[in-house]
Amino acid sequence: MRVEIVTKCFSPELELATFSRNSAVGAVASFTGYCRDEGGVVERLELEHYPGFTEAQIDHLAASVVARHSLIDALVIHRVGAIPAGEPIVLVAASSAHRAAALAAINELMDYLKSEAPIWKKEIGAHGDVWVEPTVRDYRAAACWRRVQEEESV
Amino acid sequence: MAKVLFFGRLRDRAGLGEREVALSEVVALAVFRHLASAGDDDLEAALAAPSVRIAINATLAPSDAACSVWPSDEVAFMPPFSGG
Repeated sequence: MRVEIVTKCFSPELELATFSRNSAVGAVASFTGYCRDEGGVVERLELEHYPGFTEAQIDHLAASVVARHSLIDALVIHRVGAIPAGEPIVLVAASSAHRAAALAAINELMDYLKSEAPIWKKEIGAHGDVWVEPTVRDYRAAACWRRVQEEESV
Repeated sequence: MAKVLFFGRLRDRAGLGEREVALSEVVALAVFRHLASAGDDDLEAALAAPSVRIAINATLAPSDAACSVWPSDEVAFMPPFSGG
């Protein structure tokens, strides 16, 4: 498992090319999130994190997803700092024996990152500077995975 | 000296990312919040919002009532997260 916070642009393609190559792997699923310009309104995002704490929290979230889905490996790369529209923000990848586990795991990882990873995102653009906060849907999605976890542990 | 860290919109609100607070003894979190706001009532209210999470020495604090701050602590005030 690898969790990394980066401050420069990264290549999702290059990262995936070297992710989890071994003969036990039957499925690799991944998701890349990009900075969108919202029709020319957003120029860039500025993301900040709490060095050390953010990595530890994401590590903890990723480890619980790896265990729950019996993944072979997982990868989370999250960029912080100034991110111009069009560039990648986040890459999550999961490898497993079969596709269902890998697909469910990246969905769950993204839901956690949206509302439970200590990262703060500000949109900079034509409408001024706006702090982005999780939506009700984001909180519900993360809570939903928590419920599944609790039910499984009973 | 205790260290205070402000993140996200709280950093903008405070006008700085960190500040030091002179403490000679352990204090309750509510008292610390007052000291950390340095006389800015609006900032103190913003720090007390239910959506603000607190980490003491990089560990999420369980609940407001149970928290104390020691002179060497690092206390982070964190508005809702928005990763991904």
